[in-house]
Order: sequence, then structure tokens, then C-alpha cells
Amino acid sequence: MTEMSKIVRTIVAIAFPVSMIYGLYIIAHGHLTPGGGFQGGAVVASACAMILVAFGSKWTINKIKEKNLSVFESVGAVAFIGLAFLGLIFGAIFFNNFLVGNDYLFGVIPAVGSTLADINTAGVLPLMNFAVGLKVIAGLFAIVLVMAHATTSYKEENK
Amino acid sequence: MMSKRNLAAAVFLSIIAVIFIFSALLMHPFGVLDASDMDDYVIENTQEETGANNGVTSVVFDYRGFDTLGEATVLFTAVAGVVMIFRRLKHD
Repeated sequence: MTEMSKIVRTIVAIAFPVSMIYGLYIIAHGHLTPGGGFQGGAVVASACAMILVAFGSKWTINKIKEKNLSVFESVGAVAFIGLAFLGLIFGAIFFNNFLVGNDYLFGVIPAVGSTLADINTAGVLPLMNFAVGLKVIAGLFAIVLVMAHATTSYKEENK
Repeated sequence: MMSKRNLAAAVFLSIIAVIFIFSALLMHPFGVLDASDMDDYVIENTQEETGANNGVTSVVFDYRGFDTLGEATVLFTAVAGVVMIFRRLKHD
């Protein structure tokens, strides 16, 4: 996949931070607003795929290696399962929400009813959202990057 | 003149059609409320039990965490398969 024209690259360079921030917002506010790790991760991975289409796979593979993305995905998966097993250790139930009710980390319990959004709530749910978001970002972008890199011919690459 | 094969197909399809028609007639009527104990429980208790304002996320990551674990496993398997295939393709 070769790079596109300068117009496209400029527009993508403007649009990439906006969509990146939007996706990270969806992940970080997964326990307050609609969305979560999967949805926000898909948005961020789409922004990265936009970079890949506009700048070409050679430029992109020089910036981030597929091996690093695989490491990030494995870290997200291990963090997710690790949080589930921490629930087994601290709360005696697999996937137990053991952080809810404390006073320092995501432990505030909101009043029942439609309350104002407080980001310091919901126990382990934000942490699981971060883990799944990292996993989805790295996984989807690794798929797109590897496909684009593998289907680029050597002739096209060395042009 | 019907061959044996066509006759068997006709009989089989008639049985299937009868089953489908009866299941369509016996379906739960549209718009009538069914038992909703589970929904009411989640709506009433999700803020106290999980502390999340978003009930959907509390179901996905807390009440039905195993389901999300399975989804994550599916995604992991898909990524592993795609990366395995296309990494080999590049070196040939």
C-alpha cells in the first residue's frame, strides 16, 4: 500500500488526533456513558487504519512494529484475566467487583437514580475497560497492519 | 409421476412447514410484557452493587463477565490466526 497524495495526508494528520481523543474518551468513560472498551478500541483502531491508508504501510511499519502490537494485545488480555482472578482472591468470586466501596480508587458508590457522572466510581469496571480497550486497539490494528504489509509487493515497496 | 426422491422431499418439507406455522402461531404475542425479574433486578441494584452509572457496562463487565472473557478470547484467536498467516506470506 503506497502513500496517498499530499492533500489526503494533510487532512488525515488533522483528523487523526480528533478521532484518537474521541476513542480514548469512549474507553475512559465506559462506566458512565454508552460505549466501553470494545467500542472505543474500534474507534482508535479505525483512526490508526486511516493513518495506514494515507501514509502507506512502509512508513507505518517503520513507526510501530507488529511485534510490539502483539505484546500490547497480550498485556491487555493478561490484565483482563488478572483482574478477574484478583476478584477470586479478594472477593472469593471470579469476576467479583472487589474495588467497589473503598475510598481511594474507583470506589465511590453513586446515589441511586439519575446522578451526575463521577469518574471515580464503578470499582474494577474502568480498569477492565482499559485492559479490553488496549487489547482491541492493538489487535485490530495488528490485523490491518499485517495484511497491508504482507500484500505490498517488493516492487511497490522499493519504488 | 413423482420419483421417490421428490416424494420424500415433499413430505419432509411439509412436516417442516407445519412445524414452522405452529411455532409462528404459538409465538409470544408482540408488545406484551414477559417476565422481567432479571431486568428489574439489574435496573434497581446496578448502582449500589457495581457503582456504575452505565447499566450496560455493569452487565457486560460484572454480571456477565464470562461472556466478555469469551469475546476477548475470540478476538485474540482471530488476531493470532491472521498474524500467523500473513507473517509467513511476507517471507516467501
